[in-house]
Amino acid sequence: MPKDHGIGASTKRREDLRFLTGVGNYTDDINIHGQAYVYFLRSDVAHATINGIDTSAAETMPGVVRIFTGKDFEGVGGLPCGWQVTDKHGQPMKEPAHPVIAQGKIRHVGEIVAAVVADSLDMARDAAEAIVLDLAELPAVVDMKAAVQPGATKVHDDLDDNLCYDWGFVEENKAATDKAFEEAAHVTTLELINNRLVANPMEPRVAVGDYSKANDESTLYTTSQNPHVIRLLMGAFVLGIPEHKLRVVAPDVGGGFGTKIFHYAEEAFCTFAARQLRRAVKWTSSRSEAFMSDAHGRDHVTKIELALDADNNFTAVRTETYANMGAYLSTFAPSVPTWLHGTLMAGNYKTPLVYVNVKAVFTNTVPVDAYRGAGRPEATFQLERVIDKAARELGVDPIKLRRQNFITTFPYATPVAVEYDTGDYHATMDKMEELMDLPGFEARRKASEAKGKLRGLGINCFIEACGIAPSNLVGQLGARAGLYESATVRVNATGSISVMTGSHSHGQGHETAFPQVIAEMLGIPEDMIDIVHGDTANTPMGMGTYGSRSIAVGGSAMVRATEKIINKAKKIASHLLEASEGDIELKDGQFTVAGTDKSIAWGDVTLAAYVPHNYPLEDLEPGLEETAFYDPSNFTYPAGAYACEVELDPETGHVSIEKFVSADDFGNVINPMIVEGQVHGGIAQGIGQALLENCSYDENGQLLSASYMDYAMPRADIIPNLDSYIVDHSCQTPCTHNPLGVKGCGEAGAIGSPPTVINAIVDALQSGGHKVDHIDMPATPGRVWAAMQG
Amino acid sequence: MTKVSMTVNGKTVSGEVEGRTLLVNFLRDDLHLTGTHVGCDTSQCGACVVHVNGEAVKACTMFAAEADGAEVATIEGMANSDGSLNTIQQAFQDYHGLQCGFCTPGMVMSAAALLKENPKPSEAEVRDYLEGNICRCTGYHNIVRAIMAASGQDVPAVAAE
Repeated sequence: MPKDHGIGASTKRREDLRFLTGVGNYTDDINIHGQAYVYFLRSDVAHATINGIDTSAAETMPGVVRIFTGKDFEGVGGLPCGWQVTDKHGQPMKEPAHPVIAQGKIRHVGEIVAAVVADSLDMARDAAEAIVLDLAELPAVVDMKAAVQPGATKVHDDLDDNLCYDWGFVEENKAATDKAFEEAAHVTTLELINNRLVANPMEPRVAVGDYSKANDESTLYTTSQNPHVIRLLMGAFVLGIPEHKLRVVAPDVGGGFGTKIFHYAEEAFCTFAARQLRRAVKWTSSRSEAFMSDAHGRDHVTKIELALDADNNFTAVRTETYANMGAYLSTFAPSVPTWLHGTLMAGNYKTPLVYVNVKAVFTNTVPVDAYRGAGRPEATFQLERVIDKAARELGVDPIKLRRQNFITTFPYATPVAVEYDTGDYHATMDKMEELMDLPGFEARRKASEAKGKLRGLGINCFIEACGIAPSNLVGQLGARAGLYESATVRVNATGSISVMTGSHSHGQGHETAFPQVIAEMLGIPEDMIDIVHGDTANTPMGMGTYGSRSIAVGGSAMVRATEKIINKAKKIASHLLEASEGDIELKDGQFTVAGTDKSIAWGDVTLAAYVPHNYPLEDLEPGLEETAFYDPSNFTYPAGAYACEVELDPETGHVSIEKFVSADDFGNVINPMIVEGQVHGGIAQGIGQALLENCSYDENGQLLSASYMDYAMPRADIIPNLDSYIVDHSCQTPCTHNPLGVKGCGEAGAIGSPPTVINAIVDALQSGGHKVDHIDMPATPGRVWAAMQG
Repeated sequence: MTKVSMTVNGKTVSGEVEGRTLLVNFLRDDLHLTGTHVGCDTSQCGACVVHVNGEAVKACTMFAAEADGAEVATIEGMANSDGSLNTIQQAFQDYHGLQCGFCTPGMVMSAAALLKENPKPSEAEVRDYLEGNICRCTGYHNIVRAIMAASGQDVPAVAAE
């Protein structure tokens, strides 16, 4: 019988009630009495010197409060970068200034040139049209390989060149890796592109800055995945506001997918302007603005080589990647192609030698940073594509080749600095094979061929590093932050509980899933427990939600705080029951003296904590509230095996996904319904990357895909039918180093699915006699058709 | 400025609007009905779908002045009279057809319009009808299941436990 409450139950989401009735509280729903509105005048050219900005006519327009330009921000700090990567020579990365408003130079389409604050948004927008810009346009650098050629136009005049860093990992392994390639029986080489994407949460970003004269306090309401991180970065590095005078609130947030992690110029502007004007200032992004101002994702160009011995054992992997940083370093950008990517290049395989080279490059494009998976989809795509190609070249079954090279003993120290604590890659492969009905594939292929279609089968494995991350480790790797999480469990007098968490929910269902854990621990109903999140004023310092870390790190903090509550409550119970503390047991919300029928209810103990008439005051403080900070000792390593079948129309190049199976190992699962929803969403984004989505620039740095007219989002009809689509998480090897044994599920789908789809398309093409061994994403009909023409 | 009046969720309302004021802005800014959302500026995403005289309309494609005299229904008016979730809303919760909730009002309004004109749609018809509604969280799987279930059709239970 499935459980109906606590850990493992598919409890229906309590947050749905407000979202389904239109009473959610998203940032754009917040309006401050007397607020002004800002419209940002953004550059429509990629690279230019600003000779002048004439705002005189605009300033006289109706409703204009004030117009800000770069000059107003000369004494203000730039946007900080939260991670410093050290290059292969031991030198720090190049770190150019990142102004809130362009200072003398424009470096990408969408960069803010001026900000018009007015009584209404329409007035601000009208006035912005009257601003006259005197720009001297410069050649733009867009292509990464051209950007690092000698003599290339520089994005930043004060830097030697456009190379942010040249990273080698593990540099000490390079010579041995090269030697393994010289000695290999077979080498498979593949050059590929991981296409630039835009995260596109359905809620565009919003920022409302407010200022209170009464206590000299600023408040920023913002669409953030991590309000404390924004408070720290903006307060300490940009505006110089101490934390006790700065409150950051991220209320209901309409999806994040990484792009709402980062500290953005618009947040700093609204907070700054509200202080200057003594008036709240609100900005709501349009979707077109979002395309040119939200940090983008992916955008890697890679050459990967796989060396095998005569028995088809993997002996070495070697890669060279160009990673686009865009024009400035977004908050965590340098970490994505390095520590979130290179450390995953062993994959699920016992390859003894791995060498990863990454050249991070500045270009005249929007900054690139973490997007769902962040580095791990890029690693998986390379590795699983090159393995598939190797299997084809060697004439061996791609499943057999993978199985032969699987890591099977744990813990396992990879050659790329991480230690997998647990896993069972054969188990997920077995489960995938079972659910996919592989023996039936040939019949299904024949049926497709009878209709004039080609059918392909794509297989893929993946591993990711989640539960980010041990602070002392990431500190050594260049992080300028700790990556613990916090929770305060506040038990009220009558026994209900408020949990203040540093995690942030923007679709993940924390308000439902987190109480399931505490209810299980205490044996009380879930509806006695509420989750409070998203406001620095009433939650402990926390690092927020990304990297599939909420339950693994935030959940662990909550468990630790609840354990402290149980310890103290048992002391109180032992006093009330006149028994020794060691004899007190807590079960189903009752404290019992072991081996007796003496017991007392949860609510009686909590009441005693706050009405301490009969209470051991000499030994114990009144009250029942505990805080814990949890710093993980390792990453978690979710892994899985995915497969899909595509049908390809050779007349048009159109690809449809006919069948999809994911077999994931997330360790223990708190709420299966929510976990499956996370996987569905991740797979849809991965299918989008593989078949549809592409952020496109022309050679002048003009953004060609700045609306839903041009950027193809996945819609309902591209997803496999209900009866041909299974997401399974029944293979569970619990994480060995966190108290819940959980690994995290938020990014798996987006990591595992793109190579699955492309492997299937290549298989379909090969079955039709086309000598195509790779196709770049997105595999649009035009691209597939062109590949078929040779 | 033009005076407009209309019936919204059964209540008569009026206000002064500019000619360029969109229906969605009138609902959100003047009537404070913030359940209707704005997710794009090209009428692609469908987060702003409402019903105007019984037809599904993207409230960003219509001027407030054009809705003068109309019967408008928004997500705030969809629940049963006792405040409980209606059949479609309940199915969205039961089948986990929403995550961040931002596209949800538009999805529910579109689903209601679909089931009104086609009470027992096939799966393909549901997917086709949702062409104008983008969701980034759910991957649509559970939205399709919710709408099929709301139409009284047999859908496997949520989550393979």
